[in-house]
Amino acid sequence: MTSIGTGYDLSVSTYSPDGRVFQVEYAQKAVDNSGTAIGLRVKDGVVLAVEKIKHSRLLVPQSNRRIMTAGKHIGVASAGWMSDTRHLVKRARDEAHNYHSVYKADIPAKIIAERMGMYVQAYTLYSSVRPFGVSTILACVDKDGPQLYMVEPSGQFVGYRGCAAGKGKQVAKTEIEKLKLEELTVREAVKEAARIIYAAHDEAKDKLFELELSWVCAESGMLHAHVPQDVLADAIQHAERSLDEDDDDEMEDEDL
Amino acid sequence: MAPLKPGEANLGTTIMAVQFDGGVVVGADSRTSTGTYVANRVTDKLTKVHERVYCCRSGSAADTQAIADIVSYHLDLYTAQHGEPPTVSVAASLFQEICYQNRDSLSAAIIVAGWDEQNGGSVYEVPIGGSLHKGEFAIGGSGSTYIYGYCDKTFRPGMSKDECVEFVKNAVSLAMTRDGSSGGVIRLAVITREGVERMVVFGDNLPPQYLG
Repeated sequence: MTSIGTGYDLSVSTYSPDGRVFQVEYAQKAVDNSGTAIGLRVKDGVVLAVEKIKHSRLLVPQSNRRIMTAGKHIGVASAGWMSDTRHLVKRARDEAHNYHSVYKADIPAKIIAERMGMYVQAYTLYSSVRPFGVSTILACVDKDGPQLYMVEPSGQFVGYRGCAAGKGKQVAKTEIEKLKLEELTVREAVKEAARIIYAAHDEAKDKLFELELSWVCAESGMLHAHVPQDVLADAIQHAERSLDEDDDDEMEDEDL
Repeated sequence: MAPLKPGEANLGTTIMAVQFDGGVVVGADSRTSTGTYVANRVTDKLTKVHERVYCCRSGSAADTQAIADIVSYHLDLYTAQHGEPPTVSVAASLFQEICYQNRDSLSAAIIVAGWDEQNGGSVYEVPIGGSLHKGEFAIGGSGSTYIYGYCDKTFRPGMSKDECVEFVKNAVSLAMTRDGSSGGVIRLAVITREGVERMVVFGDNLPPQYLG
C-alpha cells in the first residue's frame, strides 16, 4: 500500500480523495496474512486445497477444518479470519437451503456466488460494521459442469478455472497457470493441488501446517467431501517428493 | 380452505394436462360462475406464466389469477437472474410454495404444465392444501370427478401429440356435459420446443357422444 490512511481509513463509509476505501483494502491484508487456499476447476470436477497453519503441536490432526460444506454439492475453502469464515459459511448454508425450499432445485454456483457477493458487499457500506477479513473460494458441480468462484472482502465475485488466496497466492497462481486445467482429471488435480500448497508453504515463517484437500466429482457422488485418507496420503507423498526434487535441482544449480 | 364469499366468481371447472414425448397438451372448459349465474362463458383458464409454462386454474377466479400473476413475476425474475428460462419443475415449486404458505385463505387447485430443455414436457398438480404431485397426466376441477374412469381407461403412456389432443378434447367434452359447473367451449394449448399452439373447440363442434 502506497499511502497510509491519513484519516480516511477509519470508516468504510468514507472514500479517500483518490477513490479508495481503506478498510476494504485492510480486510484484503487480513486475507493475505492467512495460510494459502486454492481451487482448481478441471474437466471432471473441482478440487479445493488449504494450507492450514497450526499454532500448536497439541491440536488434534484434521480438526478445525478450513474447508467446509455449504450445501451438499458446494464446498467452501477460505483464507482469512476463521471466525468470519464460519459466519459466511452459515450464510451460504442458509442461502442454499432457502433456494432449495423455493425452487426445489440445488442452487447453481453462480447464484450462490452472487448472493454471497451481495452479502459481503453490504459490509463495505456502513460505518457500524467492518468488512469481512476473508476470501471464500466456492467449489461446486451444477448442471453446467464444474464451477469455481472466489468472493473477496470487497464483495467482488469472479468465476475462475484456478484461483488462490492467502500468503502464498503469488507462488500458487504461477504454479496454477502452468497447469492444463481443462485436460486434468480430479485425481491428477488433487496431486497438483497438494504440490502447489507445499510449494507455496514458507518453511522459514511457519513450521507446522496441515494440508486439507476436498473435491466435488463423480467419485464423491457429485457431492462435496474431503478426499479419502489414502488419496490424501498419496497426494502428500507426491508433494513432498516433488519438493525434494526441486531442492536437488537447486543444489545442482549451485554446483555449476 | 376458505369458502367462497357471496358473489365470488368460481371456476367450477374441468381442467386437464397430458404430457407426450416433446411437450404437453393442456385443456379446459370456459365457464366461470357466480352461484347459478354464468359470469363468463368464454373464460380462458389456461394462463401463461412463462414462455413455455402454462397453468390450468380451478377454484376461486380471483385467487388463481393473483397466484398466476405472482408466479409469473417470480419466473421473470428467475430468468433475469439465471440467464435462462426456468424449468416446469421450478414453476410448479413456486405455485406449491404460495399455495401451501397461504393454504388457510386460498381456494385454488392448479395444474402446471409446460416444456423445458432439461426434461421436455412435464405435468404437475397442486391441489387444495398446497401439495405437489408430478404425473404423466392430470385432471382437475369439479368436472374431473365425472371422467376419472374414462381417463384411467383411455390414457396410455407414450401417446403422440395428436392422440393427446384428441384425449383432452374427449375428456373435457364428457365432463362438460355431466358437470353443471363446466361448459362453454374447450380451450386447448400444445406446448413444445417450437412454442405454444392455441386451439378452441366450439359447442357445435364437440366430439360425438351419447346425449340421451
